[in-house]
Amino acid sequence: MQKLVIIGAGMATGRMLEHLFEAAPDAYEVTVFNAEPRGNYNRIMLSPVLSGEKSYEEIVTHDDAWYADNRVTCRFGEPVVGIDRAARMVRTETDEVAYDKLVLGTGSAPFIIPVPGRDLPGVVAYRDLDDTNAMISASEAAGARAVVIGGGLLGLEAAAGLRLRGMEVTVIHLAGHLMERQLDPAAGYLLQKDLESRGITMLTGASTKAILGHDRAEAVLLEDGTTIGADLVVMAVGIRPETRLATDTGLEVARGVEVDARMRTSDPAIHAVGECVEFDGQLFGLVAPLYDQAKVLADTLMEREGDGFAARQLSTKLKVTGCDLFSAGDFADGPGREDIVFRDPARGIYKRLVIEDDRLVGAVMYGDTADGNWFFGLIKDGTDISQMRETLIFGPAYQGGSAADPLAAVAALPPEAEVCGCNGVCKGQIVEAIADGAGDLGQIKAKTKASASCGSCTGLVEQILACELGDDFQMPSSQPVCGCTDLTHEDVRRLIKARELKSQPAVWQELGWTTPNGCHVCRPAVNFYLLADWPLDYDDDPQSRFVNERNHANIQKDGTYSVMPRMWGGLTNAEELRAIADAAEKYGGELKVTGGQRIDILGVKKEDLPDIWADLNAVGMVSGHAYTKGLRTVKSCVGTDWCRFGTQDSTGLAVKLEKRLWGSWTPHKVKLGVSGCPRNCAEATCKDVGVICVDSGYQIGVGGAAGMDLKEIQRLHEAKTEEETVEWIVAFVQLYRENAKYLDRPYKWIAKVGLDWVIETLSVDAGRAGLVERFDLSQSVYQKDPWAERATPETKRHYEPLADLTLEAAE
Amino acid sequence: MSWTDIGPLEDIPLRGARRIKTRAGCVAVFRTGEAEVFATSNTCAHLGGPLNEGIVHGRQVTCPLHNWVYDLETGEARGEDARIATYPVRVENGRVLIDAQALIAADAA
Ligand code: SRM
Ligand SMILES: Cc1cc2nc3c(=O)[nH]c(=O)nc-3n(C[C@H](O)[C@H](O)[C@H](O)COP(=O)(O)OP(=O)(O)OC[C@H]3O[C@@H](n4cnc5c(N)ncnc54)[C@H](O)[C@@H]3O)c2cc1C
Ligand code: SF4
Ligand code: FES
Repeated sequence: MQKLVIIGAGMATGRMLEHLFEAAPDAYEVTVFNAEPRGNYNRIMLSPVLSGEKSYEEIVTHDDAWYADNRVTCRFGEPVVGIDRAARMVRTETDEVAYDKLVLGTGSAPFIIPVPGRDLPGVVAYRDLDDTNAMISASEAAGARAVVIGGGLLGLEAAAGLRLRGMEVTVIHLAGHLMERQLDPAAGYLLQKDLESRGITMLTGASTKAILGHDRAEAVLLEDGTTIGADLVVMAVGIRPETRLATDTGLEVARGVEVDARMRTSDPAIHAVGECVEFDGQLFGLVAPLYDQAKVLADTLMEREGDGFAARQLSTKLKVTGCDLFSAGDFADGPGREDIVFRDPARGIYKRLVIEDDRLVGAVMYGDTADGNWFFGLIKDGTDISQMRETLIFGPAYQGGSAADPLAAVAALPPEAEVCGCNGVCKGQIVEAIADGAGDLGQIKAKTKASASCGSCTGLVEQILACELGDDFQMPSSQPVCGCTDLTHEDVRRLIKARELKSQPAVWQELGWTTPNGCHVCRPAVNFYLLADWPLDYDDDPQSRFVNERNHANIQKDGTYSVMPRMWGGLTNAEELRAIADAAEKYGGELKVTGGQRIDILGVKKEDLPDIWADLNAVGMVSGHAYTKGLRTVKSCVGTDWCRFGTQDSTGLAVKLEKRLWGSWTPHKVKLGVSGCPRNCAEATCKDVGVICVDSGYQIGVGGAAGMDLKEIQRLHEAKTEEETVEWIVAFVQLYRENAKYLDRPYKWIAKVGLDWVIETLSVDAGRAGLVERFDLSQSVYQKDPWAERATPETKRHYEPLADLTLEAAE
Repeated sequence: MSWTDIGPLEDIPLRGARRIKTRAGCVAVFRTGEAEVFATSNTCAHLGGPLNEGIVHGRQVTCPLHNWVYDLETGEARGEDARIATYPVRVENGRVLIDAQALIAADAA
């Protein structure tokens, strides 16, 4: 009989042996080596073992009796250390065994990130039963804390299991959202929310610097300096094919052991199967394709013809009880793709389908994955979906009916389907109200309370009205932010505050955005609303900003930039002017005195920006924010210092205001002026906020403009002192920041809310103090010179082209 | 095809872009998803705005100068009778590769 030697008693070789023994029980004399001191078990069920939902005994797939019945020689706990291909022998530490055919099934090795402290006791990977048992015993100490590095499938299953065992668990994840390979940001957001509600702390966008501890792991240090106490550190950042034996013996190895479609390696006597292989440039980390490989390999070993192995579409689920997610197919690039997005914020549901050439190529679902397999079937079969496109996202229940119509899906909702989650109103009640004569949204609200709270079901209620009333119902036309949502700016602002939405994916999901990640209209607006409302929780997103605000300079028509440093209140000195002159010469810029009492250096190349900023910083000049929706200039006149008519120190007050307000982001730009007397040389009466100094104090006016509209300021308040003036202006700016629609200058916003409301609100002492306090809190985060932060080699590298291929030789 | 390495994926911000210089002019490389990239001419068909500076959303980019919106897969401008060149590009092992042959063809054309 031929001798078949197998290295690795894993899931792939286990399945291969089942096929082999079933068809040809006497073809080979089989010896199985395994590094683990046990036979094959269902590795994917380690997570339920970790969480305590299953025992090890329940997940064993091949027990001693099975190996005995099939006359397998078991060499468990004996790793193979070398292969002698000429002699056809495998070597262990103590023995040598001859083979006619050899199968490599060594699986993968966990990837350990090369940080200091990775070898300390208490740091484990998550691959086998021993790792699982180590985690279970670490969880038994009272108050024990775990840090899991890696927010992919394995890391999250580990985190959920350890949490169920009572540990305090923190997950550190490098990417911006969890499971970024399988999920998009919206689904990642829902998953994170679910896991956080179980008491797991999630740190995304976080990078591990070191594991700290003397004799064992005690804490994890992040790049940003945070340390997190840890008795157990689980590394779950990825896997690498285990190819050492194959490399040492000279087989062809790329990232994995290279095999052909019959699972043959470059040596005809040696085969490979499972996670250790690479086929057609692809690696494998899920069992479905490995089972296909196992079948092919069994055929090959029996010298049977058959279809070779072909990689196929995969789907992923997370085995955390209660987290319902599903992801399948391909989200990678390819021509002509389109998305269909469905969100049900009330029930925490998100579904996204990716379509290409009338075929479904990918699907991500969270919250309701019941239709997952149906979608997966459409992907695998490449079904033409053009006929059911409109209703595809509603799943199989709505297919095969009459004309495809989105309203039909609403019509098909059963009477008990919940429409308004806040007030528990179902469709039947709304239909009844309509039958009783309610003919518009307002009447439905009054009768049923549907859409009376958070308002996110408004669209659905309107669709029900349209279904029931047909042509008698006119869809209302309040201006939505953009095509991604039906909500108005005001609704979005209100809901961000009321529902404490603190990230863009949270807004897209909870408010039912119809696109995967917004557009150029809503993204900058939402980014501003979030940073204005949650300065401490939300991180500004440069990718949601217009070019000028992202690059901290104004782009010019020819693609160069202008650089405009601040001149506080219009004051400057010889040193600053010299630095500006030098910079203009050095970087080939042209100079212009602006209408805002400062100097513009025009025509600077993007690559030079970090250097010119460093030069200006060197004499203490900072960004003038001439490119932002934020504080621009505070124009002043010469005031009491020099002018024979000056009543108060207008220049000094302008500088104070500018120093207090600079760096703040606002819905649109904000410009101030302070004039020393009613002659108004600083043109204060046409600014967003203008102060006219008079003998008795300071007249504060707001809502002026001299751009596309010309407006004179209206009186807000008359202040006695400088302090009072500054306090009122800061409070006014904050009120504007908290309430205005993005891209409304103050005059437009005041026209909507009424100057009376603004004055009433600011006249309440406690209210005014609260606004000032919130403004200062925001400034503690945002009042930083963006140029100083970016005058670095790193920024310069990013401002230069990624690559220069002009020098590549033409082929 | 002749795949040429142009740099690490992580150097392109998610929902952002970088510019590369080629003989066919500047090319923008967009990162629309964790591992999803597209490459097009960097020059807006309207008045030549630099597309690598635009806001990237879905599989589209909005020109930073006057808001023309391009489909990155086809290079077509939404609602305009204009299109820009697109080039094959892909991600492998965390590196971004572009088809240099397509660039050369574009240069010759
Ligand atoms: C440089 C400057 C003109 C100058 O050479 O003097 C200027 C230049 C620009 N202005 Fe202005 N404005 C400048 C003072 C003004 C003024 C006068 C003032 O501030 O006293 C006004 C009228 C006052 C007002 O804002 O109400 C003014 C009203 C505008 C408007 C119309 C705003 C409106 O609400 O109607 C825009 C368009 C916009 O912001 O949407 C605009 C937009 C622009 C932009 C940023 C156009 C753009 O988006 O790219 C210009 C940038 C040119 C560049 O490439 O650098 N600029 N702009 C002035 C810079 C002042 C500074 O030191 O910061
Ligand atoms: C916690 C966890 C959860 C998972 N969940 C899922 C899931 O939900 N869905 C899914 O599809 N997949 C999941 N997987 C992945 C799945 O388990 C693997 O794809 C599968 O086990 C790989 O099979 P394999 O036979 O290639 O390797 P393995 O099953 O890893 O077996 C390889 C064996 O080879 C042994 N070995 C290595 N080197 C030597 C040597 N030199 N000498 C002797 N023996 C050696 C190893 O000790 C090991 O026992 C999960 C994995 C883990 C760890
Ligand atoms: S007035 Fe018009 S052209 Fe002149 S700087 Fe302002 S925006 Fe540009
Ligand atoms: S240059 Fe691109 S839209 Fe005008």
